Amino acid sequence: MGVLTKALAPPTGELLGMTDVVFFAETIEFHDGDEKNHERLVFTDKYQVNGRKSRKHLHVNADPFRAVWPGGGSAATRGGAVSPLREEGSRRPPSKKNQSGGRGATAGGRGATAGGVVCTVEMMRSKADEEEYWHSSKFKAFTFEDEDEELSRLKESKQAVNSIRQLVEEDDDDDTEKVSWSGEPVGSISWSIKEMAGSNQKIDREPAFPRIPTEPSTLNKSHSGLSLSSLFRGKAKSENFQSFSDAFSDSVRIYAPELRKPKSEYKDYVCDWSPEETVQRLLQGKAVSLEKFRSLQDKLLLLDFAVAAHDGNVITAVLIHLKRSLRKEVLFRELQSRQTALRHFIHYLTESREQKLLLELLRALGRTEDMALLQYKEHLIITDENNKRDFLKSCLSLPFSAEDSTHVQDHYTLLERQIIVEAADRQAERGGKVDIFQKFPRKASILNMPLITTLYYCCFYHYGEPEGTFSSPLNVRRTFKISEKQYFVTALAARAKLKAWSDVDALFTGRNWLGFTRKKSPLSFHRVVDVLQRNSAPTQVLQDYVALIDDAELRISLAQKLKCHDIVISTFRDMKDRQMLVAYRGKVEPGSAPERKIDDLLNNQQIRWKN
Amino acid sequence: MARRDTPGLPDFSLLKRLARDQLVYLLEQLPGKKDLFIESDLMSPLDRIANMSTLKQHDIVKLYKVEYKATVSLSDQLCFLIRPRIQTVKWICDVVNADKAVGRFRRYKIIFTPQRFFACEAVLEEEGVFGDVTTDEWAFYLLPLDDDILSMELPEFFHDNFLAGDQRWLRTVGGALHLLHSVYGPFSKLYGIGSCSQMTYEWWREQVEQGEQGARPAEIGSVFLIDRDVDFVTPLCSQVVYEGLLDDIFRIKCGCVEFGPDVTSSDRSVKVMLNSQDKVFNEIRNEHFSNVFGFLSQKARNLQTAYDKRQGMDIKQMKTFVSEELKGLKQEHRLLSLHIGASESIMKKKTKQDFQELLQREHCLLEGFEIRESISFIEEHINRQISMMESLRMLCLLSITENGLLPKDYRSLKTQYLQSYGFDHLLTFSNLRQLGLLVEQQGAETLTVMESKVGKLVNDKTAGKITDAFSSLARRSHFRALSRKLNLVPKSDEEYDLRVPKDMAYIFSGAYVPLSCRLIEQVLERDGWAGLEDVTRLLNGHEFAVTGGSRAEPNSDAQRLVLVLFLGGCTFSEISALRFLGRAKGYKFIVVTTAVTNSSRLLEALLGNHA
Repeated sequence: MGVLTKALAPPTGELLGMTDVVFFAETIEFHDGDEKNHERLVFTDKYQVNGRKSRKHLHVNADPFRAVWPGGGSAATRGGAVSPLREEGSRRPPSKKNQSGGRGATAGGRGATAGGVVCTVEMMRSKADEEEYWHSSKFKAFTFEDEDEELSRLKESKQAVNSIRQLVEEDDDDDTEKVSWSGEPVGSISWSIKEMAGSNQKIDREPAFPRIPTEPSTLNKSHSGLSLSSLFRGKAKSENFQSFSDAFSDSVRIYAPELRKPKSEYKDYVCDWSPEETVQRLLQGKAVSLEKFRSLQDKLLLLDFAVAAHDGNVITAVLIHLKRSLRKEVLFRELQSRQTALRHFIHYLTESREQKLLLELLRALGRTEDMALLQYKEHLIITDENNKRDFLKSCLSLPFSAEDSTHVQDHYTLLERQIIVEAADRQAERGGKVDIFQKFPRKASILNMPLITTLYYCCFYHYGEPEGTFSSPLNVRRTFKISEKQYFVTALAARAKLKAWSDVDALFTGRNWLGFTRKKSPLSFHRVVDVLQRNSAPTQVLQDYVALIDDAELRISLAQKLKCHDIVISTFRDMKDRQMLVAYRGKVEPGSAPERKIDDLLNNQQIRWKN
Repeated sequence: MARRDTPGLPDFSLLKRLARDQLVYLLEQLPGKKDLFIESDLMSPLDRIANMSTLKQHDIVKLYKVEYKATVSLSDQLCFLIRPRIQTVKWICDVVNADKAVGRFRRYKIIFTPQRFFACEAVLEEEGVFGDVTTDEWAFYLLPLDDDILSMELPEFFHDNFLAGDQRWLRTVGGALHLLHSVYGPFSKLYGIGSCSQMTYEWWREQVEQGEQGARPAEIGSVFLIDRDVDFVTPLCSQVVYEGLLDDIFRIKCGCVEFGPDVTSSDRSVKVMLNSQDKVFNEIRNEHFSNVFGFLSQKARNLQTAYDKRQGMDIKQMKTFVSEELKGLKQEHRLLSLHIGASESIMKKKTKQDFQELLQREHCLLEGFEIRESISFIEEHINRQISMMESLRMLCLLSITENGLLPKDYRSLKTQYLQSYGFDHLLTFSNLRQLGLLVEQQGAETLTVMESKVGKLVNDKTAGKITDAFSSLARRSHFRALSRKLNLVPKSDEEYDLRVPKDMAYIFSGAYVPLSCRLIEQVLERDGWAGLEDVTRLLNGHEFAVTGGSRAEPNSDAQRLVLVLFLGGCTFSEISALRFLGRAKGYKFIVVTTAVTNSSRLLEALLGNHA
């Protein structure tokens, strides 16, 4: 009776839905689970690829590798000596931010430690398994411990990073969010101002914008907080996607790098992107302003193009814009005919926990049942039982389906009773006057337990009580219309757990029309035996029930398993199966009563054996 | 004519290096000492590709787990490595705003992986910290868990995509496909089924068309994309192949399992990497559990013999033995004892819960045989409060195989379930109904009539949307018809030799060929969906078969490498089945999945009883 008994144990299992969380600081060990051998050259080349990628490709759907190997040259991947990237890089004008190169150069000399080095780290962790995992020594078998290798790899990494860094930073078109933590943030005001020297377009565009070069990172040059465009300003895309404007600015850069930035940015503002183009740019993670789409028609076009592009990220971006710029009634109305967008919006509101708006939306859509469930769900975050009970009471009037409304009613009634029973029992337990609480101290409170666990509890602690009390099992059964079978199973388990065999026996007692008692059960008897056996019932109790199993084969196999010899023997006798009986004689203890019984039967001349 | 040998696999460790180097690059962007906060579910994946010394080298001083409470870090620079989740970003905003309130100045950087979402940046903006916090992306798409398994480690894909209907991860999956295409492509053929697969394919196609086509030699032949909701039956079945069983019982996490004291027969737990590097595991991972014991004991005997060779050796031989063989033997000994311990523990657990009977009922459900008996079996399971997840799993399996429950059964089982495991599972039932996993049978005719009526009123595109909406509301499973057409349930009268499996059904004891894998087999055999029209109609369509850009010879090794991409997760049993199929038909399968799943994970994502 696994879970039932567990209900009395400390709350750990899934049934209780709570987990004790322990926080502690500890030691962590990182391991390099990676392979040891790979060609250096490959590594270096990949590094460049990767650096490039991180720079240009992250937001964009482009192929990082193609950018690196024009013409699809994967020779580099296979250890070829060519590094097109470096060549490409050398064509570029010297980096404006060469400090980065210097930084990297020193890094090569940093001492690389072996892969399995243990580092003390303060780490807050809630799960024991993770903790164990991070410092389990068994992992050493898979760690990487070749110091030289690590070191040389590191050097290569450094070189690679250095060689791409110039390039990568050079490539920066409209990447405004990049911040290098040393020096000035790339996107910071001070930096932008330098960049903007000589560009009056930019200045025209933000004439009143305060410039506080000494204050880092408070203001982003894309006037964050004021415009959505700053939000949706993405990274540069990689070369194979270059639009004309970028290609243009690219070529301009070679001759007049200082013009580049303002030029491309300026374009974002003056170009009249259509909704479709705007969505395209969003998909590529590029700078887009959504504010200019002010007519409802344009807004909806944006939304429809986003939906057609199957990118949930962009759909949500557009929805956020719509949410900010449309009255909710209008937005709800339009979403009604746009199921995909609607689902995104609902998910967005759920994740950002905008419960109120979500409820309004569901109401507007006429999805009253969903609305009721959503409201009901809130009870899960209420910890105080009285508040929870009151909240559940307030849920009773919600427009659930007829079926669910009964369940919610039951939920409320159950908690209400649990609170009463818990209070009374806690007092009884403390008082020390009630026997059963002394003998079997409660291991957990009954609050918030499922109904059947509560019934089990009542059968365990309050079995004989008259139906009038809240804690009486019969009362629970009647109130919640628990099926006969369910009640029977639960009572059986509870009384068996207490080894109250007479109660168990009484559960089966029915009278037939002649007034004789005979055992009957809504549960098949082999299950009954299973329940009893799990509660370690003694053989003499078990055999009464094993004997009642209808199916002879099942009866024999269970009887054999549970060593109910008498039943095995008499079943074989009834089956007139002499051979089986002889075979079974070998399984019982020599000189025991069962053996004698078998011998008596085998010697009995009256029985007409079938074999 | 299928070839019997199997081609070698591309080197996927490249992907690890790429990810690591990119992370290193991102960390290099933040010079100076800093503390790193890692989201808990990113720890294991991170540990597979980098180690503490990697982080140390880039000035990470302390590591913390993201825990949604006030930070204790004293560093002036905080870096957060997180999944793009609104709640996590909100917590970071709280950290920043708390610092602001006390006039503390720090630098903050969020690295989103695998990509950033506009919705997260909107939170930064709304909370007034946009600009104070800079963001970046770490495009860590694919983690090689083994030679032939690549995981995106995105379990939330399943919930977000199928339950919430949010398509934000599709682009991420497309990105992963693109990465593979860039490094190992081009592909010769692409097949797929399911709406997400189709959208992912379309997105990917656009990227490829926008980019230039490389002339690299292809390392991968064809690609098969499949939505998880095409086949819910397979992941809901109990796994009986060794690796699957380990996952069901011990939960394999990121390619690693923790064996408790009951397995190690010592007082401590051990973490073990499960992959092809483990020679013992590699030989039994795909075996039906009934063969595992025999194999292990044979192996133990061999080991004994190898050890015994020592006797009668002279000094020189002994020296060679110690230097050449002993270490390997010791390693093998350790692994062997672990797997023997695990098998014993599995046996114990499974005998205790009457696994045999459970499997029998499952097979009956798959065959559509003795349905009433199965219902009362599930009912008893619920009444006795045996595992909440198992009961739910069986209910779902019943519903999908039977195309929904009779209204009377649905109500009664739901009521009993709620009574046994808590009324708050109302929310779970609502989720399951929404996904079509556990539904009441409805007049199928009404729905079809409505669909076609609505379909006539609107144009095709909208009709598609409406059909989608319908199918998500009441998705009809046509398991029985599919099973007949695809011959998923082998005739039960034949003896099935699990030692020498003749088809993929061996992974379910010969009772059922996984639908997902059968589809893959059929499509590869037919080189498309021709002749499977009946099947795709029952599966809700969205199938495709297109030629990729590869010009490779049709019979080269690469052409026999098939990449299968599961959107929404796949099970170890399915991987085993594909490995079997590969051996039988001369293919080699590479499994790419959003996450490795099993019945518990799948259902846990749908539980509604948590806040």
